[in-house]
Amino acid sequence: MSTEVTLARVTRSEWTKLWSLRSTRWSLLVACLAMAGLGPLIAVVSMAHWNQLGVGQRLTFNPLERSLGGYRLAQLAIGVLGVMVISGEYSTGMIRSSLMAVPKRLPVLWAKLLVFSGVAFVLMLITSLISFFAAQAIFTQHHVNQTLSSPHALRVVVGTVLFMSLTGVLCTALGTIIRSTAGSISAYVALMFVLPGLSDILPSSLSNAINPYLPSVAGTEVASTYAQPYTFSAWGGFALFCGYTVLAVAVAAYLLRRRDA
Amino acid sequence: MIEVSGISKRYGERLAVDDLSFTVRPGVITGFLGPNGAGKSTTMRLILGLDAPSSGSALINGKPYRELRSPLHEVGAMLEARAIHTGRSGYNHLLALAQTQGIPRKRVDEVIDMVGLQSVARKRVGGFSLGMGQRLGVAAALLGDPKTVILDEPANGLDPEGIRWIRNLLKGLAADGKTVFLSSHLMSEMEQTAEQLIVIGKGRLIADTSVAAFVAQASSGAPVRVRSPDGAALSAALIGAGARVRTEEDGAIGVQGLTIEQVGELAAAERLVLHELTPVQLSLEDAFMSITKDSVEYQQA
Repeated sequence: MSTEVTLARVTRSEWTKLWSLRSTRWSLLVACLAMAGLGPLIAVVSMAHWNQLGVGQRLTFNPLERSLGGYRLAQLAIGVLGVMVISGEYSTGMIRSSLMAVPKRLPVLWAKLLVFSGVAFVLMLITSLISFFAAQAIFTQHHVNQTLSSPHALRVVVGTVLFMSLTGVLCTALGTIIRSTAGSISAYVALMFVLPGLSDILPSSLSNAINPYLPSVAGTEVASTYAQPYTFSAWGGFALFCGYTVLAVAVAAYLLRRRDA
Repeated sequence: MIEVSGISKRYGERLAVDDLSFTVRPGVITGFLGPNGAGKSTTMRLILGLDAPSSGSALINGKPYRELRSPLHEVGAMLEARAIHTGRSGYNHLLALAQTQGIPRKRVDEVIDMVGLQSVARKRVGGFSLGMGQRLGVAAALLGDPKTVILDEPANGLDPEGIRWIRNLLKGLAADGKTVFLSSHLMSEMEQTAEQLIVIGKGRLIADTSVAAFVAQASSGAPVRVRSPDGAALSAALIGAGARVRTEEDGAIGVQGLTIEQVGELAAAERLVLHELTPVQLSLEDAFMSITKDSVEYQQA
């Protein structure tokens, strides 16, 4: 039997690495619980208060996005885990063992991205569907429920899952570039959560020009039912977010190859 | 076979490894000796492709490490710094490494048995003692049954029984025709384990020789111990012949600057009775001290 290092073998190795850490299992559990559980919870609360809502609020009630309301918390767990997939190797020195086993280095990064984004996609797809169907079942109380064939529904569900999976990829790239867990998570939070807030305090002409290009705004277009003013289309924004991610991965790959481990 | 030629590594202003060249041959244990900060670990990292050299090259079985297609079968290495995720069990650590090149699970169990970690292999590495960590590192190095084994300070943290175990293990590997290269700051350990020796100081090569020749070289300027009932006369005669002498606590005289033959002949010519005439055997540690001290002084001059 051949004993060469192949991408398939490194991928198996990364699969083992991912599931053999307690921190991974906990983060994934948190992400799944948030994604599957918060939507139905929000649905129960909204239905309980339905009679207090005004006509305007009832008209703008968005059962599609409400059913997937857990994604913000799940995204945070996925992002943190995406960082730790590589930063945990730097902090413990494991990276040296990994790179000695795979001296070409890049297969380690590709395998990590493949395994983690694959796992994130499958788990988030399952939990998003659970959340969607459970929440819609609750929305039947006041007949505001939707189905997957309702306008935009399938695109929003799949788009939410794609956005979260790609966030994982972006975070693994950030972790590879920055190497420290704390630094990488700070960068992720600054990029996705702080930057939009900063943009909001700018004069509106400026913030309207900048906003659509923010990764958090561009990336979530595909997870929104309707396009917001001054933004890209759903898939246009997603394409831009993909572009940012590819750029981050390219920088990560360059640095991983060039830097001393 | 490890061939290092003209390798240098600069970290900013500091030259950690300075134009180092040596060859490590199969079938013998080659020791890598030098004081802390001499550049031993850096040299090993350069050989293992973890750091890129500023100039020069290091080849393993004729190839740079980064070009090895099946590295764990060519080289097994254990670095001094920990290179294991503390949250993972020893078994899963080894399994993940094995899977990168299709090494079967059976072999993972084998190396765990070889290093005696059966009882703790399923526990998280974070709870391991230093000695257990070293054993796990050795297990990882042996995973691919490699032709070359590189170990950085393998005796660190091992108890005397563990040190004996690793010494026998390494001797067995060398006897199988493998290339064994290990660094240590325990010079007594080197003297008992290694046959060949590569000595560096301040990133430069100081000696590339056998352990026996290294001790002999360092002993050439070593003192001679001589004892006579008429010590005062003997001292005077020795000083007259140009030697430096020092009277020891037990009345013996330490002589430097004359060979043992010259001391004996001088005593005979002066008709002095001798009760003892012995060469002072330098340990590897003393040899190392005397040779590196010279190189340090030479550099400062």
